[in-house]
Amino acid sequence: MNEFEPKIVAFVCNWCTYAGADLTGTSRIKYATNVKIVRFPCTGRIDFMLLLKAFSEGADGIIISGCHPNDCHYTSGNFHARRRWVMFRSLLDFMGIDVRRIQFSWVSAAEGAKWAEIVNSTVETVRELGPYSDYQKVADFLKTEVENG
Amino acid sequence: MSRIGVFVCHCGENISATVDVEKVAQAAAGFDDVVHSVDYKYMCSDPGQTLIKQAIKEHNLTGVVVAACSPRMHEPTFRKACAEAGLNGYMCEMTNLREHCSWVHDRTEETTEKAIDLVRMLVEKVKNNKPLEPILVPITKTALVIGGGIAGIQTSLDIANCGHKVILVEKEPSIGGHMSQLSETFPTLDCSQCILTPRMVEVAQHPNIELITYAELDSLEGYIGNFKAKIRKKAKSVDHSVCTGCGDCWGKCPSKKIPSEFNAGLGSRTAIYVPFPQAVPNKPVIDKSNCNYYQKGKCKICEKFCKPGAIRFDQEDEIVEAEVGAVVVTTGFDVVKPEFFPEYGYGKYKDVITGLQFERLASASGPTLGEIRRPSDEKVPEKVVFIACAGSRDPAKGINYCSKICCMYTAKHAMLYQHKVHTGKSFVFYMDIRAAGKNYDEFVRRAIEEDKVNYIRGRVSTVYEKDGKLIVKGADTLMNGEPIEIEADMVVLASAGISNPGSEELAQKLHVSYDRYKFFAEAHPKLKPVETNTAGIFLAGACQAPKDIPETVGMASGAASKVAALFSQPELKREPLIAVVNRQMPPVFSSCVGCFLCETACPYNAIGREEIKDRNGNVIKTLARVNEGLCQGCGTCVAFCRTKSIDIQGFSNEQMYSEVMALLND
Amino acid sequence: MIKIGFYPGCSLTGSSREYAESVIALCEAFNIELKQIPDWNCCGATAAHNLDKELSLALPARILALAEQNGMTEIVVPCAACYNRLSVTEHTLNADEQLRARISEIIEMPYEGTVKILNVIQMLQKYVVNELANKIVAPFDHKVACYYGCLLVRPHEILQFDRVEDPQTIDEMLKLVGAQPVDWAFKTECCGAGFSVSQPDIVGKLSGKIVKDAVDRGAEAMVVACPMCHANLDMRRPAINSYLKTTIDIPVLYVTQVLGLALGISREKLGLQRHFVPVKF
Repeated sequence: MNEFEPKIVAFVCNWCTYAGADLTGTSRIKYATNVKIVRFPCTGRIDFMLLLKAFSEGADGIIISGCHPNDCHYTSGNFHARRRWVMFRSLLDFMGIDVRRIQFSWVSAAEGAKWAEIVNSTVETVRELGPYSDYQKVADFLKTEVENG
Repeated sequence: MSRIGVFVCHCGENISATVDVEKVAQAAAGFDDVVHSVDYKYMCSDPGQTLIKQAIKEHNLTGVVVAACSPRMHEPTFRKACAEAGLNGYMCEMTNLREHCSWVHDRTEETTEKAIDLVRMLVEKVKNNKPLEPILVPITKTALVIGGGIAGIQTSLDIANCGHKVILVEKEPSIGGHMSQLSETFPTLDCSQCILTPRMVEVAQHPNIELITYAELDSLEGYIGNFKAKIRKKAKSVDHSVCTGCGDCWGKCPSKKIPSEFNAGLGSRTAIYVPFPQAVPNKPVIDKSNCNYYQKGKCKICEKFCKPGAIRFDQEDEIVEAEVGAVVVTTGFDVVKPEFFPEYGYGKYKDVITGLQFERLASASGPTLGEIRRPSDEKVPEKVVFIACAGSRDPAKGINYCSKICCMYTAKHAMLYQHKVHTGKSFVFYMDIRAAGKNYDEFVRRAIEEDKVNYIRGRVSTVYEKDGKLIVKGADTLMNGEPIEIEADMVVLASAGISNPGSEELAQKLHVSYDRYKFFAEAHPKLKPVETNTAGIFLAGACQAPKDIPETVGMASGAASKVAALFSQPELKREPLIAVVNRQMPPVFSSCVGCFLCETACPYNAIGREEIKDRNGNVIKTLARVNEGLCQGCGTCVAFCRTKSIDIQGFSNEQMYSEVMALLND
Repeated sequence: MIKIGFYPGCSLTGSSREYAESVIALCEAFNIELKQIPDWNCCGATAAHNLDKELSLALPARILALAEQNGMTEIVVPCAACYNRLSVTEHTLNADEQLRARISEIIEMPYEGTVKILNVIQMLQKYVVNELANKIVAPFDHKVACYYGCLLVRPHEILQFDRVEDPQTIDEMLKLVGAQPVDWAFKTECCGAGFSVSQPDIVGKLSGKIVKDAVDRGAEAMVVACPMCHANLDMRRPAINSYLKTTIDIPVLYVTQVLGLALGISREKLGLQRHFVPVKF
């Protein structure tokens, strides 16, 4: 049987982490293929509903990464993201999502190696956690319940 | 129906070595709405771009996805190519198959699969793209320079010499700043005033410069290219258009014992005064807080002796408005106040002085006409102790940074003292000697080797007075921490440079950031040293951090060139990737409910309010409205909006959601 | 009746009993009841923190834990060394939960960090100063040199008490009872307490400079708030005099003794007879 390959989405800011991931490329540092990057102007732009949407659509893990505190291109977007994350994290348990499925980190434009490490470690963590299927189970359950009246 | 074209680049072999590009192009051809999909060796090359342009025309494409390198590299290239073929540039997206795929993975099936996923994501995104036009903003080609020290003088002259108008505002009665107070300058020992005053005069006479002294910024509104400044002209009580600057008034003024700011408190001035003989403008103002007439209602001697009749006791503060396109902050620095050094007795003992006061003692225009005489009894001090890092690099005092200029000016002070008092002995207590700069270290060596200044590495714990001597207690850390006591006649503190008292307030007026020490913050510590986070507002000189004259002048010219570059364009073209509040048909007008959470989220004050009125002028609804000139497109407001009424062009909710869903629903 | 916990420490039960006596006498006069922390132990000064970090925290932590156990929310610690150690412990353990758990384990008692630690000056400022003026019967009309020493004001990050290089609180307090503090240079200079046993000659030199400056500036008495300072300036006077090669007889009083005299409390209750250098006021 093939090993489970998790699907992971990375929400990153344009100025630090996207550029950092570019540097991983120019430095030819290898990492797992599981993570696909979605580019945002700033982590402050990230609506956390999008995280839930990603899980409901079948993501197994999520990475959010932006500029280090005080380095935000827009002064304070990453602080808003951090605060949102603190709130959001406390809700995850309630929603039945293992907090380890989300990796929140800062990767600067100079931290190519760190980006590769984060990708690899997140992939490993999520691989151990297994596929995220709770949402699908609930959806299936509701569907059969409705069908069965 | 969208008609999307996909263009997969080999990048020589950079992508094709690990990604099966042909397979990617084939897979993309099968995506919904993709009508054309090809791969090519070098998409960014001229033939590559032509390939895209032809395809746009041939297949009547409504969107383009270029699967190549990082959009940080070539997004502008391909957007331009699309625009040349008649497709709005913002209908073009790039996906990064090189940095984010081929370069970081081995040649496996998974790598190609990932590349296909990445293309699919952007295809779905681009379907939701909307044509956008660059925002054109007019530019008022006048610069406001705040602060008339050497930074402000240099900035103003450079901008004015480019042919642009400058308004230079100075809060004191004369321009010149701290540099005008200095005696001689390191490392050449040329006289500060001799090199500065010609420039001050040039400022006053320049046809492009409007000099407003004794004035401060009251408020600043607007955005890059279009600021509205209100400037408060403090009442001078003298009509400068009538005054000839003859000096009869200050010769007769009975309030003579006011500590002179120019002489750092070592000399005195009158209530009606010009700060120093070379002042620009060389016409007096009345210091109301020290004037007999304003304080006690009686005197008016100056009025009696003024032959041209220029005295105006009824003059009041006046607010003038100015439209400017750029602002340069050059407000300089200050030094720490007496209460900062209880252990050194500054403020308690007259002969413990600051470096700035020593400059005045050493200056030919100073209170002692350049002779080194100590303030208490005007005797020539035989032993002088200089304490470097007085406050700087001292976390216990809350100043962790190095004030940068003190090592050099302390060496200069000790040198000047030795040159003027040949029998004198001078000691410098220091932590490190930081003399990085052209001819700087040589200068310090000269002080030590030729002028025999005694450098002692160690800090001073306390200074106290005993039998008319100042006892300086310190340690020599190069001699095993041996305690040292020096009986000095005068002590000079290289006091820490700090931000100006009003800088925090000014930063808030300008909406620019400042650091924990209330120095103004540059936009990027390395690559944007003269910009601030607010477009159109620049920095120069010691208001950003303590710095010496050459560095200040360099920075001033840098800021001036930024302003000149801005003013060289007919109008400002800005990326339209900014936030917008949606609009709908009446009676809804917009889904915005006017909670203004976005207003609190915005770091740029770009959210304004718009009132929707009926035909009778009654307000029906108040909506948020984004100021196109101020918005930088971070999108923080989008995540804040509870009703999803504000969205960001180029990274809209629709675009981002479809991108994510495309990845997961293959 | 105000009730405050009281940690005397070893000095106040031995070499500086008069400090304890005068603190208690003064508190009595202002209706403050000092309740001694039962079963208190040594604070560890000055040796423990050079030898073992955990020991140096565990000793004061046990004292504070005992105070908590006995329902005290505030304790007064007259000895500057004890005050310093207790404050450092409180600060360190409040900033590091893991360490606090570890120390609680060592002392086999929970320590929550709820007790407020006051030195005598802070206690006087809080409870006495406002009522002082009404009770003065004999103004202390003398020139005094207020000596703070090192432990009362340092490290500032932790103690947050007074200006570290030029403290003023004792000066201000003594002005209220008619004393005239002199402006002098050795307020926080080291008296050499650390060498008191190992190299007493250094104490003679360091304390000698302090005493001499006080006298040179015209002080008639030195006022302290630390048993170590007192011991060095008073008990070591022969060593000081031999260093200075002269005889200086300026008395050294505790701040509580000066206030007590102004309030008319008897010399015996204030323990003035216990000093080596006679107090002639």
